[in-house]
Amino acid sequence: MTLDTTVQIELYTSMLRVRLLEEKVVELYPVQEMKCPVHLCIGQEAIGSGVAAHLKSDDYLFSNHRGHGHYLVKGGDMRALVAEFYGRTTGCSKGKGGSMHVIDTSVGMLGTSAIVGGGIPMGVGAALASSIRGDGKISAVFFGDGAFDEGVFYESYNFAALKNLPVIFVCENNFYATNSTQKARHAGSRIADSAAGFDSKGICVDGNDVEAVYNAAAEAAERARSGKGPTLIEALTYRWKGHVGPGTDFQAGCRPEAELNAWMEKCPVKSYRTILIETGVIDAARDEEIRDTISKEIDDAFEFAISSPLPTEADLMTDLFCE
Amino acid sequence: MPWTKVYSDRSEFDIAVEKDPSLRGLTYRDAILEASTQLLESDKEFFIMGEGVDDPGGVFGTTKGLTEKFGAERVMDTPLAENGITGVAMGAALTGMRPLLVHMRVDFMTISLDQIANHAAKWRYMFGGAINVPLTIRAIVGRGWGSAAQHSQSLQAMFTSVPGLKVVMPATPYDAKGMLISSIYDDNPVIFIENRGLYEQVGHVPEEIYKVELGKGIVRQEGTDVTVVATSQMVSEATKAARALVADGISAEVIDMRTLVPMDKEIVIESLKKTGRLVIADNGTKEGGYSAEVAAFVSEEAFDLLKAPIQRVALPGVPTPASHVLEAAYYKGADDIVSAVKRIAG
Ligand SMILES: Cc1ncc(C[n+]2csc(CCOP(=O)(O)OP(=O)(O)O)c2C)c(N)n1
Ligand SMILES: [Mg+2]
Repeated sequence: MTLDTTVQIELYTSMLRVRLLEEKVVELYPVQEMKCPVHLCIGQEAIGSGVAAHLKSDDYLFSNHRGHGHYLVKGGDMRALVAEFYGRTTGCSKGKGGSMHVIDTSVGMLGTSAIVGGGIPMGVGAALASSIRGDGKISAVFFGDGAFDEGVFYESYNFAALKNLPVIFVCENNFYATNSTQKARHAGSRIADSAAGFDSKGICVDGNDVEAVYNAAAEAAERARSGKGPTLIEALTYRWKGHVGPGTDFQAGCRPEAELNAWMEKCPVKSYRTILIETGVIDAARDEEIRDTISKEIDDAFEFAISSPLPTEADLMTDLFCE
Repeated sequence: MPWTKVYSDRSEFDIAVEKDPSLRGLTYRDAILEASTQLLESDKEFFIMGEGVDDPGGVFGTTKGLTEKFGAERVMDTPLAENGITGVAMGAALTGMRPLLVHMRVDFMTISLDQIANHAAKWRYMFGGAINVPLTIRAIVGRGWGSAAQHSQSLQAMFTSVPGLKVVMPATPYDAKGMLISSIYDDNPVIFIENRGLYEQVGHVPEEIYKVELGKGIVRQEGTDVTVVATSQMVSEATKAARALVADGISAEVIDMRTLVPMDKEIVIESLKKTGRLVIADNGTKEGGYSAEVAAFVSEEAFDLLKAPIQRVALPGVPTPASHVLEAAYYKGADDIVSAVKRIAG
């Protein structure tokens, strides 16, 4: 299926926006003004972009510790995201959450857990609410291969399948949970196949091929919107940076450098750019324009964040309960 | 006694070594690594499980190199399945093995509360003493770097409030090693809590295998005016505070509780007989926290000894905020202990 060129350009722009934002974080993190851990998704951008293309603004999205990309592709406010990295009052969580805890309720992001698997049942719960209300909204839940270890995945998937809930489970399989390989943690090798145990649908895709993800998500979203219940998308990918922080981790013996290099050859953003240029969808000048627009947005977001006020001690005890 | 001493930093320890070359300096992290290594060497029934124990970083360095040395069967990386794996470790303990389960952060351990609180804590009593649970669970607590609400909790009171669990919080390298070995050879489930702020701390640690008895506090600094009862990382803050208070002519006695359950009430009461004034410093939450338990027991059992209201230095009742400004306001240290002491001294 060839996609409409508008969709193609949107997918490309969406991925590039996440990439450039995170590259800016890499550049500025050593200044140590972003005083919180950051889990970067560089190398994995295609998954969020391909799935979010099927989500409406009021559909729900639940993410995890590696959530900057998910937040952006769902339409979360970039200024508020960056301000959160900087611990400012203008941050999406007023500086209380930091990079792992992003939220933008105006676009259906109801909060992000950094407990592995923590967001999965909440995504199912949001889908339960949609189902009870019959309001047609769907949920997408993003989690890693590490969350597939957790009991809560199975409990949640079973419930979603049992109740035919409109939810898309998106497992970003980057083959590692921190430095533990998938092989060291999973008896099976194909996560998507586990959907069969719930008489549900699993799809395994190349997570670095944004159109492949887009097509899988199209099917999953259609299933969700038409009452056919959950779908488990397993998207194969690789994280370029270390588990946490802006650096690479092969030097510390966490992973083989050759493995990283092989995956960097399969860069989701670069390879899609090549396709779009070769098929005449964009040319180099158009690509420059797209980059320029994004860079301006990013510069603005960082300026906004850095010039925003820090909280004061008086803010420590606020926000615990609503009045 | 070299092992009762809390050194504020490495330079202080180095000076002590000049005076007494028999001292053997080890960091808190290496003391745990050494205890684990010696247990693996000496006891086939002992093994280690946990997420990332084979990681190049080795759980803040405390398990570094152990998998290479002893094999993946005895130092086993596990799936991210906290509750299930806790039950698995407990099952092995029921057969008489002595597993050590390691949790990188106590926050993730809340997922295993079912196996800990409903099972491990209950198993002996519920069966009339027919079986023991010699399981030790290491849990890491404490301040991160903007780590926020789900990666920095200090949940010791959650465990102290469940009967059937021993809860220990060693504050020095010497105790870290000796109490880990005691915990492993205790036939009860022990929650062994380490504050990550302690890992760099240096102190005297003998090379041989030795035990530090559980359930016994220790006086870290003798004093006559005020008793400061502290846990874990707050012990070194309390000793710093005690030094600072000398300038104000206040003599503070610092007690390191070391074991939270069972509590060494005697040591607190003995000290209060001298001082009549009590400050409790704990890095858990104030409301319903361990400091509340100490204050409550003293009010019930030693009220007559008190000359002034009990003061507590503990964390405020909100989750840990991320922003560094809020984080700084949230955590407590020596200054807060000094203020608390001054509020009631003389
Ligand atoms: C319940 C729980 N256990 C352990 C952790 C520590 N931890 C944080 S992220 C992570 C790895 C998660 O791997 P995965 O789900 O594959 O996501 P990835 O980091 O690869 O994107 C671990 C073990 C945690 N946050 N929560
Ligand atoms: Mg992963």
